[in-house]
Amino acid sequence: MKRDSIIVHALLIIGGVLTLFPLFWMVSASFMTRGESTMWPPHIVPHAATLVQYRELFVHLKIGRAFFSSTFIAVVTTLGSLIINSMAGYAFAKMRFGGRQRMFGWLLTALIIPPQVGMLPLFLIMKSLHLVNTYWGVIIPSLASVFGIFLIRQFMLSVPQELLEAARIDGAGEWRIYWSVVMPLARPILATLAIFTFMTTWNDFMWPLIILSSDARYTLPVTIASLSAEHAVDVELMMAGSVVTVLPVLLLFLFLQRYYIAGLMVGSVKG
Amino acid sequence: MKPEARAAALFLTPAMAVLIIFFFIPVIAGFALSVTDFDLYSIGDIHNLRFVALHNYAAVLRNGVFWQAFFNTLYFAVVGGPLTVAASLAASLLVNAKATRWKPFFRTVYFAPVVTTLVAVAMVFRFLYHPRFGLINRMFDAVGLPHVDWLGDPRFAMPAIVLFAVWKNFGYNMIIFIAGLQNIPEELYEAARIDGAGEWRQFRHITLPMLGPTFLFVGVVTAIGYLQLFAEPYVMTHGGPVNKTLSAVMLMYQQGFKWWRMGYAAAIAFLLFLVIGAATVVQMRLQERRQ
Repeated sequence: MKRDSIIVHALLIIGGVLTLFPLFWMVSASFMTRGESTMWPPHIVPHAATLVQYRELFVHLKIGRAFFSSTFIAVVTTLGSLIINSMAGYAFAKMRFGGRQRMFGWLLTALIIPPQVGMLPLFLIMKSLHLVNTYWGVIIPSLASVFGIFLIRQFMLSVPQELLEAARIDGAGEWRIYWSVVMPLARPILATLAIFTFMTTWNDFMWPLIILSSDARYTLPVTIASLSAEHAVDVELMMAGSVVTVLPVLLLFLFLQRYYIAGLMVGSVKG
Repeated sequence: MKPEARAAALFLTPAMAVLIIFFFIPVIAGFALSVTDFDLYSIGDIHNLRFVALHNYAAVLRNGVFWQAFFNTLYFAVVGGPLTVAASLAASLLVNAKATRWKPFFRTVYFAPVVTTLVAVAMVFRFLYHPRFGLINRMFDAVGLPHVDWLGDPRFAMPAIVLFAVWKNFGYNMIIFIAGLQNIPEELYEAARIDGAGEWRQFRHITLPMLGPTFLFVGVVTAIGYLQLFAEPYVMTHGGPVNKTLSAVMLMYQQGFKWWRMGYAAAIAFLLFLVIGAATVVQMRLQERRQ
């Protein structure tokens, strides 16, 4: 038993070091002076930590703009999708109407359609709506998602019908019931959906790359990819850019991981 | 219409409008696009658009670069998928082992790469893989192994991207495997121990079969995701060397959004859709047969 425990923990620690090392090195190299990370013998930690790379990023390369773009797009998408998906999820779980099951099943088939299939026409639609190279061109297609509707519906199924009936008898309208009775109950699942949507939007690369064409509107991932062309040899600078991009979502995950993992479970057990 | 049905319609309208206009119509239009010669001239003036039936598909299938991209994508999914699932299973067994202390800590550590931004960590790996300064080759130096040009050598570029993808994604499936493991009733193991089954036979005859449905879910999700390979080669190799890491989605992106050959690119997208559909069906059938 004792020997087992040592082997298991040794393996866990080796795995943990391999997993964290790239992230550790990213942070470490971002505090180095130019050229330090490629020295021989290698520096694993900076000999004299400096913020010079971050200053270069924010002052000269104006990465603050990209930080704003990413934040604006992720926050607006998250708030919008919370309302839109929860309304639909609630309707699918608690309201009676003809064709409810058929419509929901039809929606679920969308989960196996790769989004790239629609991207070419979507671009043309955005072009005709004059939304190319705007934040809204990134935001609007993500305001509703089949996964989001599914997540909310599964939760709403467990809300007792009597509660809604009681509110109805008290004379509350459908909107009132949704907003003041159901939404407060749904807080945990809304937190899950919020963190999922925020992270997916923040990390998304392909669609923002397609729809945004001026670097003043680029999100962080698109900015990083475009910077890497001119600054391919500035390892420390690029690592600072990666830290700025990764840190917000990593911190968000560390603080809210309970909700995030809960969402993964709903998706896998019933999906 | 009954009042409840009317209210339901109002609650569903925003979500349905977004999904129909910005997802379902584009998907159907994608197929329509693939049977036209939509290109730069059609963007300028829609009257230049012509119906070309299956001409784009024929042109795609005759193109050697498409087959290269198709093979690369398949390689990534067929090699990277099982490797990722194996790493996930190993990690879940370790984290879930009875002897393990600080389970939540290790779970969080292994999951961390999943939430990181793909483009940003791909950049990190690009430098770790650097032929001269990368820490991986520096480590090879230390133990006397020859340098490998990870992303520049046609033999190693795709394996290097696979390794990166395993690192990035194994934590996701691990969480699902852990849930699967916790659903296996402890009595099964007790009964097996009474019958004298060792650790390996318990794993082989209880753990693996009981994880069957989990394997299906994890396999389908990983396969669908990996067949959509795009950002990794876009950032790390630009599809090179000699197209060895060019993926199907990347080819679609280049043809559609760089050269504006949208009809041609739509045909590539639809062929990819067919492959993803086929991969899903095959996995489900395999699973059915096993049960």
